[in-house]
Amino acid sequence: MFKILKYSFYDLIRSRWSYVYFLFYLLLGFVLLFLNNDISKAIITLMNVIIILVPLISTIFGIMYFYNSKEFTELLLAQPIKRSSIFLGQYFGVAGSLTLSLVFGLGIPFVLYGLFKSDAIFDFTLLLVTGAFLTLIFTVLSFNIALSNENKIKGFGYAVLLWLFLAVIYDGLFLMSLIVFKEYPLDGFSLAATMFNPIDLSRTLILLKLDISALLGYTGAVFKKFFGTDQGLFISMFMLVLWTVLPIWRLVIISKKKDF
Amino acid sequence: MKQVVFLLILIFNLLSGVSQQPKRITVCETCELKSITEAIKTASDHDTLVIKKATYKEYNILVDKPLTIIGENYPVIDGEDKGEIIRIVSDNVTIDGLFIINVGTSYTSDYAAIRVVKSENFVIQNVVLEKLFFGIYLEKSNHGKVYHNKIVGDAQDEYNSGNGIQLWYSHNIEVSNNIVQGARDGIYLEFSHNVKIHNNKSTDNLRYGLHFMFSDDDVYTDNVFENNGAGVAVMFSKRITMKGNTFRKNWGTAAFGVLLKEINDAEIIENTFEENTIGIHIEGSNRITYKGNNFIKNGWGIKVLGACYTNTFSANNFLYNSFDISYNSKLNDNVFDGNYWSNYTGYDLDKNGIGDVPYRPVKLFSYVVNQTPEAIILLRSLFMDIIDFSEKVSPVFTPDNLMDINPLMTKVQ
Repeated sequence: MFKILKYSFYDLIRSRWSYVYFLFYLLLGFVLLFLNNDISKAIITLMNVIIILVPLISTIFGIMYFYNSKEFTELLLAQPIKRSSIFLGQYFGVAGSLTLSLVFGLGIPFVLYGLFKSDAIFDFTLLLVTGAFLTLIFTVLSFNIALSNENKIKGFGYAVLLWLFLAVIYDGLFLMSLIVFKEYPLDGFSLAATMFNPIDLSRTLILLKLDISALLGYTGAVFKKFFGTDQGLFISMFMLVLWTVLPIWRLVIISKKKDF
Repeated sequence: MKQVVFLLILIFNLLSGVSQQPKRITVCETCELKSITEAIKTASDHDTLVIKKATYKEYNILVDKPLTIIGENYPVIDGEDKGEIIRIVSDNVTIDGLFIINVGTSYTSDYAAIRVVKSENFVIQNVVLEKLFFGIYLEKSNHGKVYHNKIVGDAQDEYNSGNGIQLWYSHNIEVSNNIVQGARDGIYLEFSHNVKIHNNKSTDNLRYGLHFMFSDDDVYTDNVFENNGAGVAVMFSKRITMKGNTFRKNWGTAAFGVLLKEINDAEIIENTFEENTIGIHIEGSNRITYKGNNFIKNGWGIKVLGACYTNTFSANNFLYNSFDISYNSKLNDNVFDGNYWSNYTGYDLDKNGIGDVPYRPVKLFSYVVNQTPEAIILLRSLFMDIIDFSEKVSPVFTPDNLMDINPLMTKVQ
């Protein structure tokens, strides 16, 4: 598995797209800081970028990589290598290189602008951790889609739809249901609904740091317990891990059964 | 000339009675006078009582003549939870440097560590109060000074705790440089006019840091109110001035930096509201000037609920609030002009420091949250941003004349 991981990783590290991705974040970080010169404001803007863009790029990158290296994968399948290590190796190679681009691309400008001296370091770390999780989750989701769809166009369509659904449509439906059922106590429901969408989940995690004062304005014991204590942070983190592990598990199962 | 003056003074002294020269009376464990109550009985008007360091187990000490009571090295007066400790019923009394603990708790009368009743020209300073019910209670007393005291309460429940400093029908009082914490309300005023509250620190109180009602023409400057149960509440008063105060970290479902209810003709200038759930909550308040305030990282910078007319907001900084302003109606009669908004995304092509596009501080999302509070969890989601954008382009739910026509491009210093 590690040999394949290493191979995929180096392959991607050498590829143009990783550099583009890395340079994009580098530029974004510098431009944001140059325009604002205020780390806490830059972090808020960055949060908006990360929770939308990271899933989109991970999804598309993941699905493209899978379809592109299909012939190579089939070649590997002919060798006496465990199937799970082929797919996991490729997956971690892609996700690893994407995460690395993100962390370095954003990390370098912020460190240069004096992140270590500001009190925003915890917020920033949280941002990077969330970004890394989103990369891991959306890459594995796209791998799942690619594995289940032989047709490239179809797979691509599903992947984009998945992103659109989780990033925008889900929140719309969520809001609609909140408005329709507003006579009922909804705090439990709204927290649960957040857990079922990794983008919402990471948004909540960041809100916990940035907008805690607004979140505490709502009257509700469940909310108060979730946002007012460390419980919220732990549960959200745990759910993010679950969101990563479960699709990986499915990836392994499907890849074992699939007839190539 | 000098001689004439000297002679005059001499004659005046003779006439006013030399025998009434103010004395110094010392109270200590080994002195002739061992209790403060006894000492007050033997003292005559305008005497000075010096209390040496010791523990005096006394309560219901009645100060009924003009005396100066000075503690040396903070002598302890322990009320043993039996009732009120010092009651002042005479004019011109000074209390200085005492350490008072264990005030009794009662559900029928408001026991206080120091109570001033219908007296004038009093000074209460350098007093430390602990384990109290009410701290300093001024009742129908005018022209006094409460200066540099420290009040540390241990209030657990609202129903069996009292206020740190309470003014009731007391006018022309100066309350300055006090530290109040852990009481029910830090500083409480009712029917008290022309009061100056300056440079106090009111923190960690159970209910309000500062609470006042029916008190006109009062001035509040340079105070700090932090981490109080519900922040600061200001109600039913006219012509008040709040300047240079700091309201910080008042978190909770009903917590405000400041709650303004039925306040008219006030001035709120150069205050800082930082990390409160709601910076200022306004209800039925008219003709108020908000100028040069900083609203930093609040949940809601300003929340306006009904019937607020002709208020002006100018030269304020709104920095990184989750919501800058929230309205619950479509009507607007308030003016927003020349503020700095960190959420402003416009441009300044003519470089005059004023944005060329007006800023709309009320977002549709804040309207949605007013309707369905649970929706707060969708804060900063892409979907909400899209809806907010469409509302910004053509306002339907939010007041369409509510905007800052001259948003500043840089922070007000």
